[in-house]
Amino acid sequence: MSEVLVVVEATKEFGVKKVTLEMLTLARELGTPSAVVLGGAGAAEALSGKLGEYGAEKIYAAEGDEIDGYLVAPKATVLAELVKRVQPAAVLLASAQEGKEIAARLAVKLDNGILTDVVGLDADGTATQVAFAGSTIVKSKVTKGLPLVTVRPNSVTPAPAATTPAIEQLSVSVTDTDKLAKVVERVAEQKGSRPELTEAGVVVSGGRGVGNADNFKLVEELADLLGGAVGASRAAVDSGFYPHQFQVGQTGKTVSPQLYVALGISGAIQHRAGMQTSKTIVAVNKDGEAPIFELADFGVVGDLFKIVPQAAEEIRKRK
Amino acid sequence: MNIVVLVKQVPDSGADRNLRNDDNTVDRGSANNVINEMDEYAIEEALKIKEAHGGEVTILTMGPDRATESIRKALSMGPDKAVHVLDDALHGSCAVATSKVLAAALGQLNADLVICGAESTDGRVQVMPHMIAERLGVAALTGARKLTVDGATLTVERQTEEGYEVVTAATPAVVSVWDTINEPRYPSFKGIMAAKKKPVQTLSLAELGVAADEVGFDGATSAVVEHTKRPPRSGGAKITDEGEGGVKLVEFLATEKFV
Repeated sequence: MSEVLVVVEATKEFGVKKVTLEMLTLARELGTPSAVVLGGAGAAEALSGKLGEYGAEKIYAAEGDEIDGYLVAPKATVLAELVKRVQPAAVLLASAQEGKEIAARLAVKLDNGILTDVVGLDADGTATQVAFAGSTIVKSKVTKGLPLVTVRPNSVTPAPAATTPAIEQLSVSVTDTDKLAKVVERVAEQKGSRPELTEAGVVVSGGRGVGNADNFKLVEELADLLGGAVGASRAAVDSGFYPHQFQVGQTGKTVSPQLYVALGISGAIQHRAGMQTSKTIVAVNKDGEAPIFELADFGVVGDLFKIVPQAAEEIRKRK
Repeated sequence: MNIVVLVKQVPDSGADRNLRNDDNTVDRGSANNVINEMDEYAIEEALKIKEAHGGEVTILTMGPDRATESIRKALSMGPDKAVHVLDDALHGSCAVATSKVLAAALGQLNADLVICGAESTDGRVQVMPHMIAERLGVAALTGARKLTVDGATLTVERQTEEGYEVVTAATPAVVSVWDTINEPRYPSFKGIMAAKKKPVQTLSLAELGVAADEVGFDGATSAVVEHTKRPPRSGGAKITDEGEGGVKLVEFLATEKFV
């Protein structure tokens, strides 16, 4: 079976991201998965255990400042060379900022089609995508070149399949043009040990109804009790209650968790666009007419400052 | 500084949006079309740079005839002129072909700085700035929440999943912006009147030196096979809190095995 290249998404703090495990699981349906690690020195070695656990038969690594010290262009150059050499059956990247950007450059370099926000991929290369904020399901295909797809987090259930992958270091031959956008500094703002927003199985979000930044502690408390991530509506972010990188909606993150809890969120289209493909939706809002209740599998009309602490207490009791 | 802002006309994300049944492309005919929201932030950023450093701001749009509405709207915010890439053969173009056309147009405009929205609300694909930069051989500073211009040096704070990165490049470069970067101005009455007289140059594929079979359905590198509308979600149980709302909520979560 031919190789399927999976470009690894990982962070220094948390290691291999869940979406990478999803991609490896998906890749096994299409061929033999090979992981591609493009990052700082020693990254592949550090990640190899986890990648092997989920079926990576081989790991290609391009590491060091030449790769990691610039915005995506060097990564795309290395990946393009690898694709030309191994002629994979497909290339999978995460449908997140960097994955899409590497894929964009790869598509131009190879004059190859690209499909983003893919939630399913058949063996014949037919991809399933969701469009227009989850309201439309699209089946599509790359018609020129190999299937180059970016996979949306939380689309596949990761299944382990243990292997012991060998690491092959790729020779790095990036050009001067690849080094035009230099990364001067990287600053982590992620707080504590909560899961990453787009990957979390549970997301608890607060909206304008939360009232102020301090009250977001209530949202965080419930998220922590449920083992989830914290999100915020655009109204809450614009009001300065919570940082922008946690914004869920049309102009923020798109999330698709097993459980989405909306606290004090009215459910404007802006917000719904980022969360309405969640499996189960629960809402608390004082306005019984709020559109969020049209989506919610379970809704409580009332004061979130009474309901949320009571719910938190009840969860503690049951633990 | 010669700045070009990429503007896309999109169906209003607040209304019902559809793909066409005949050719699976975005239905732009029946929809209420607007400027892609993120592009307004790109225009604002360009105007701020012009105000601080001098220069000229040009709007570049690829789209059908009616994209003119969005071009005039964009001009009413303050840019100097616009270029409209207009050609029937463009209908059905994929992202890869679109980037070829926009890069060809940018090649003629000699921009120091290209600014665009980080993504469009219709496709949300987020690939265009890097595709264009790849073709032009210039830097792409994408996902900016802050942009500083110091002579020919651009510095961007780029939003990432974990926090942010500080990234620099020299002009010429492509910068894409999120809606956290500024607060777009509203067009003034004077601006709206002035926009009607501002020059809008139309460019065809022939004038760009791009062959018709490199774009549209003929040149597409991907295709939509079929599309279906998902039935709208329907609400489930809704209760009014009478003192036990929190407990009831957890009971529901327990039946769904979340607690």
